[in-house]
Order: sequence, then C-alpha cells, then structure tokens
Amino acid sequence: MQIETIINDKKVRLEVENDELLVDTLRNYGLFSVRQGCDTSCCGLCTVWIDGKPTLSCTTLSFRVNGKTITTIEGVQKEAEEFARVLASEGADQCGFCSPGFIMTVLAMKRELKNPNEDEIVHYLTGNLCRCTGYLGQLRAIKKYLGVD
Amino acid sequence: MSIGKSIPKIDSISITTGKPVYTDDLAMPNSLVVKILRSPHAFAKIKAIDKSRAEQLPGVELVLTYQDVPNIRFTLAGQSYPEPSPYDRLILDRVVRYVGDEVAIVAAVDEKTATQALGLIKVDYEVYQPVLDYEQAIGHPSVVHFEDDLYCNFDIGMEKEKNIVCKHHVEFGNVEDELKNCAVVVEETYYTQAQAHAMMETYRAFSYLDHTGRLVVVTSTQIPFHVKRQLARALQLPASQIRVIKPRIGGGFGGKQTGAVEIFTAIVTLKTGKPAKIIYDRKETFSCTTSRHAMRLKVKLGSDLDGTIRVVDIQGLSDTGAYGEHAPTVFSVVGEKTLPLYNKAKALRFMGQVVYTNKMPAGALRGYGATQGTFALESAVNKLAEKLNMDPIEIRMKNLIKEGESSPAYHDGKPLDSSSLHRCIEKGKELIRWQEKYPRVEMGNNKVRAVGMAVTMQGSGIAGIDTASAEIRLNDDGNYTLLVGSTDMGTGSDTILAQMAAEVLDTEVENIIVNSADTDVSPFDPGSYASSTTYVTGMAVKKAAEQLKAKIIEHGAKLLQVNTGEIVFTGHTLKTSDGSASLSLVELAYKMVLGTGKLQLVGTATYGNDVSPPPFIAGFAEVEVDKETGKVDLLDFVAVVDCGTVVNPNLARIQTEGGLVQGIGLALYEDVRYDKKGNMQTNNFMNYKIPCRKDIGNITVVFEESYEPSGPFGAKSLGEVVTNSPAPAIAAAVYNAVGVRINDLPITPEKVFMGLKNK
Repeated sequence: MQIETIINDKKVRLEVENDELLVDTLRNYGLFSVRQGCDTSCCGLCTVWIDGKPTLSCTTLSFRVNGKTITTIEGVQKEAEEFARVLASEGADQCGFCSPGFIMTVLAMKRELKNPNEDEIVHYLTGNLCRCTGYLGQLRAIKKYLGVD
Repeated sequence: MSIGKSIPKIDSISITTGKPVYTDDLAMPNSLVVKILRSPHAFAKIKAIDKSRAEQLPGVELVLTYQDVPNIRFTLAGQSYPEPSPYDRLILDRVVRYVGDEVAIVAAVDEKTATQALGLIKVDYEVYQPVLDYEQAIGHPSVVHFEDDLYCNFDIGMEKEKNIVCKHHVEFGNVEDELKNCAVVVEETYYTQAQAHAMMETYRAFSYLDHTGRLVVVTSTQIPFHVKRQLARALQLPASQIRVIKPRIGGGFGGKQTGAVEIFTAIVTLKTGKPAKIIYDRKETFSCTTSRHAMRLKVKLGSDLDGTIRVVDIQGLSDTGAYGEHAPTVFSVVGEKTLPLYNKAKALRFMGQVVYTNKMPAGALRGYGATQGTFALESAVNKLAEKLNMDPIEIRMKNLIKEGESSPAYHDGKPLDSSSLHRCIEKGKELIRWQEKYPRVEMGNNKVRAVGMAVTMQGSGIAGIDTASAEIRLNDDGNYTLLVGSTDMGTGSDTILAQMAAEVLDTEVENIIVNSADTDVSPFDPGSYASSTTYVTGMAVKKAAEQLKAKIIEHGAKLLQVNTGEIVFTGHTLKTSDGSASLSLVELAYKMVLGTGKLQLVGTATYGNDVSPPPFIAGFAEVEVDKETGKVDLLDFVAVVDCGTVVNPNLARIQTEGGLVQGIGLALYEDVRYDKKGNMQTNNFMNYKIPCRKDIGNITVVFEESYEPSGPFGAKSLGEVVTNSPAPAIAAAVYNAVGVRINDLPITPEKVFMGLKNK
C-alpha cells in the first residue's frame, strides 16, 4: 500500500507491504542509523520519533505512520553531534551500535523533562539497552550535556 | 604526547550519529537473502529431506542440504592454526546435535521469500535420546559425536565414545600429600552458568565475487584472518581466493571470536556468483551461536592455622554443548588464571574434563574460563577466611603473589614483572569503607547491608602463540597510515594503537590514519581476543613506529647531508642539532616518494611474547539483601585495576565499567536455560535479562598503575579481567549479609530466599 509521511522534514510517498515494519521501511529508504537489536521491543536500538515522541520502529507497522511525521537521527544531525561530542569526551560511545536510538531518546527527554534528576534520567532511558558501556559513562555525559547534577 | 590522554575514539562521531559504517549498512542492495532451516530436535539424524517444493518457489535462488556441501570437518573457533579445538563440524551435517543446528541453507531474492521457502522443505528425522545434563554426559548411552572423521590437531584427550571432548591435568607439588599436612581444609562445589554475549549488533555478513572472481566476505568479526582460514578449509577453496573485510563492529565480547555466519553467505555466493547476505535475528543470536561454558568446579583449599594457603586444588567439568569450539582452551584457562594467585602454596592442581551435550555450543566469552575459575576459587578463599576467623582482605594480603615473585603455575616459575594488586586491595578497602561496613550492617525493616570482595587476574595475549604484525608508512603528504589486522569492536583499540604510534612519532593522533582490518591489506594479526590488542598488537605498532622513525631520521640526515646522530626530529620537522639546517616532514615525505631511486618509508614489526603478563583487579561489592524476599540489590561496586600503564583513561574506565556490568549480570541475572527437550527458553531479551540502567547501583573504578616492562609504554591488557570479580564479591557480600552461601550462579532472590528458609 502507499503511504505519505514526512521523514526528516521531507514529504515522501512510500510503497509498503501490509505487514512491513517501520524499521525495514526506513532502512530501505536509506536511513541506516535505524538499527534493530531485538524482535521483542526490549532494546531501544530502533527508536525514532513519530510526531516527536520516541517510538520503537521495530514494532510499528509502516502503514500506521501514514500522515505522520518521522524523525530519525539523520534529521537532527547537528543536535545529535553536539551530544555525541560530550558522549565521546567521556569515552562512553564504545561500539556505537545502540547510540542512534539512545541519542534519539536522550534528545526527546531533553524536550520533555525540565531539569531531570538522576533517577528521572535513568527511568526515562531504562528501555535503551547497552551491552558495552555499563551505562554510567552515558549518565555522566547526559548530566554534563543537560547541565544538571 | 598521546599516552595517558583521554582522546575520544577516532570513530566516535560516525558511529554515534548513525553513519552507515556497520556490515549491513554496506551490503549491496541486490544481495540474495540467506536464511537457515534449523533442527527442531536436540539430537536426530536426517532420514530424508525434500527440498523440491522450496526450490520451485518463485524468487528462491538455491536450497542446500548436507548432500550439496563439501564433506570436510572444521572448527569455527577463532584460534591460530593449528587450532586446539576439534574439527567436529560440517557446513551441514546429516546428524543434528542441538535445537537450532543447521539443516538447510536457503537463498532468495528477499527475506519474505526465503522465510516462506524454509517452510516448504520437508525433513524426516530419526530422533535420538539427547544428552542434556552435562553432569550425566560421561558414559551416557547416547554419543553426541559418533562419526569417524572427527579430527584433532593435537592429543587433547578426546574420548568421544564417552562424550569427553578433552581432558586436562596440571599439578605442581603433590596435592594429596600436602592436604594431609594442612591444619584447615575447606571444600566446596561451585556452578557457573552459561552466559550469552548479547552484543547489540547480531551476527551478520555479506559476500560477493570481486572483479577477478575472488570471494570477498564482509563480516562483523573479531577474527578476520581466522575466518579466511575457516572458509578456505570448509569450502575447500585456496586461501588466496578469499578476502575478508571487517567494518565497524557492534560489539563482540568473544562471541565474534567464533565464526558464525560467514560460511553461509560465502557458499551461496560461490554457488550462484551473486552477492548474498545474512543477518541473524536476536533469537538466532541467542540460540544458534555460542555462549559461555557452564562449569562445575570443586575447590579444595588447605591452609596453616596462621592462614597461609598451602594447597589449591580445582577439579572441573565443563559443558561445551554440541561442538567443541574453544573447549580445551577455555578449560585450561580456568587453572592458568587462578593457580598463580596464591603462590605460597606448596601444591597446586587443576584437572578435569570437558564434555559434549546436545545444546548450543559454548565458545569464547570475555573472561574465557578465568571468570568461572575466579568465582570458584575466590568464593572458596572467602569461605576459608571465615573458617580461620580472618578478614578476607588479610588472608589475601598474606597469600597473593607480588611483583618480582614467582609461581610454578606462572610460565614455569618466571617472576611476575608487574603487579600493584596489593595496592589495589588497600585502595579498594578504603574506597568501599570496609572497616565501617564489614561484615554487615542491619538496616532495620528486614534489610541488611554487607560487603564482600574478590581478586582476579587475566593474561595479555596468548603466550608463545599469538603474534601480531603492524605496518606504518609515511605518506606523500607527511601523514601516516597504520595498518593492523586487529579488530576494534568498540573498545577503542584503533584509537589507542594510533595513540601509541603518535607517541613514538611525536605527532598528533589526527595524523595517523588507521586501517583495520582487511586480509588483503592488513599484516597478519590473530584478531582481537585473549586481551591481546593493547599488549600484543600495541607492541608491534610501537616497534613498527620506532623503525619508521629511525628511517625518517636516517633519510632526513641524508637529505641534510649530516650524520644521523646530528638530527633532531620534532615530529613535524627534522633539524640539525646545531640548528643550521632543517627539513619539514612533509618535504621529506614527498621527496621520498617522488623521483628516481627513492623509497617510500615503511616501518614494520612483529611481536609476540612467551609470557602473558596478567592485569589484576580487586573488586568490592556492597549489597542490600531483603530478608523477607531474598532480593539482592547491588548498592556499590568498587574495582581497583592494575592494567599497567593506562593508555587512555576515559576509554579504560568505560571498558572497566562495561565489563563489571557484564560480571554483575552473570552474578545476579543472566542464565541461559533449556527445557527438558533441549529448547532454549531464554532466546530473547524478555527471558534473558541483561542488566538495564536500574540494575547496577553505583560503580567506582580506580586505576592503580604498575609498569609492565614487556608491554607498550608499560601497558598490560584490560578487556577481560574486568568481568571476573563481581560474581564472587557479590556472593560473598550476600553471605555476609544473611549467611546464605550461593554456590550456583546467578544469585536469584529465589535461591537466597530458599537458603534463608532452610537455614
């Protein structure tokens, strides 16, 4: 079926299968930042924004984004890079495979929460797994980036 | 100066901001999609297989069964040739040995068609009684490997008719005699579970034929050169016809030290001439690759009344599952990385067997046997301390090997050249505030807090076997290209190797282009495993850079018409010592590559050592145990680390934190479980719990540097040792809290609760 969406500020018309998942649609469209780490909505790697809200694209059927706005990290490169530099200065990037989904969640949190404390940050990001860093370096980077204690 | 600086990883921005740099991002869009039909039975023989319906499905390119593939046994273990792991695999075998074992390979134009084709293959099985409990494997009526073409490069003690893959026995002194002289003996049996790597990027590869018809395989692997050799053997293809390229890797943890998917795309490309790709989903990654070896370890410790440990005896049994990847080596490491620790002992022994079962194979996983051995030995030492009424810190300070001392179990009694372990313990004791907290503090409300500790060691590369080469060349524009065959799986090894080269050449990391790894281009490197990259590849890089620097000075002197001794090289300029003449590096660079009779300057070096210097960690856990539910919360973990010189403090810290969290997962949450028919029950992140942000409490990492004379700039390894201390330290803390000794990991609330109930 055909759907119309706005992807990273660009109006696009896409042909998708009835059972196609958004992660596949986006990767087929050339947005390689969107990665799949599980098949059970557990890891957060495939997080993109749908109408500004962080959403798991591996469990979203593509036809459901008809008429909606999708943002991937390719659409917020400047802001993402700004945070990525803080993350890298902490050494907290490691393999980087989970980073795009993680960063999309961090940037969404920045929009959603005002001056979050440590517990709120940890809670917001609990669905984003990372096997390399042990999370603490990411937390240090987020706090530095948001300027919170 | 670059060494000791927290330089960000050279690939940070591209990997974090989602640039297409990983295997699947680079695959050709027209690649055939490869899928595997897998066995539903733990142990069976294929009586008949009918693939005709699948082949007729439009879009299906080919279907391969055991009748269509080369019939030669190989191992997927990523080890230097000749591998100690048995050659017990076929690409597709008529016998399937675990639920998930490969039955057929399908290639189709897209994923949907390939998946549909899997359902059209009809297989008739003769189902056998599986061997599922590894404690029942020896002498089980079923024999997992009964074929007669199974092959071992060495005598590893295989008795396949008894399901024994290999046997191991090392002994120094006489354990039985010495035990008789000991005033105190403790004996305990420990169980460590199978653990999953759970790297975020699942296994994947793609392949194609290049313009000369050679096979090119691009794969997320830690071991490009070993993959090339595996492909050559399994596919019966000359190695010269194969090129393996490793792009960015989304985590490995030892999982990608074992070949997994490369053979499947390669055989499809060879048979069709077309590009092919395979991506394992999370379920396949969990249930059709490898895990940590589950082990049973019986420990006997004997000591004098003053707490001097006189005997360390560990008897092991290890479960390698259906195939023997890394079976002998993971097992021997259990002893190698534990026995040297308590070097006042008069007798040391490690012995036992590794057995085949009908479960997913075990393989390499960060810690590689040392993790299992550390849990058993350190838990036993904690028990011994209690029996002697000694502080567990005191017993360790008294018995542990020190810098300059030797142990018969450490490279035939060679002295240990570097260790700050005793300082690590002192520092950790202070940071966790042991004096205030040991052994426990009652919090009221049925909660109790307690501390526990453990120490651990690993190695740095494999002594006498793993040897790496490096090349560095001065380019025409005055910068350098560093060629290495090691794999950066996210650890930052490319960055620290560049730091080492930059240090020698007195330049900035930005001037070093790192190329790793492409078997057509890179000098040989066994790969990134056995905690070898910083130490082994690093030393090769340092030596190569030193050779290049000497050549730069030599040729600079020629051009400036002075003796080499008169040249001062400042990284960007060559000057005569009297300051009368100078030449920029850029000038030297283009002069060396242009014109007749010139020579582009290249430094090359190879390094391997006959010892494997251990990094050390003292780990301290503080837990809170709920006496009503048995729930254990980890409040704080302090790790004080001796990895020699810290090359990049930030990267080292993250590497340590990540490894500790993996160790915490092993201690408290992670467990690869099977049902009674051999189906894996924990094949997704819902059932297999790796720690999330809320599970880990606070972690403190401190480095207590030593100087390893055989390592680059004094450095030792770090990658694996970081995983080993949490399990025994947390188990000790739980015991100190509520008096329940958990000897089988993970330490779940149920086990603690039942322990409390049965007290």
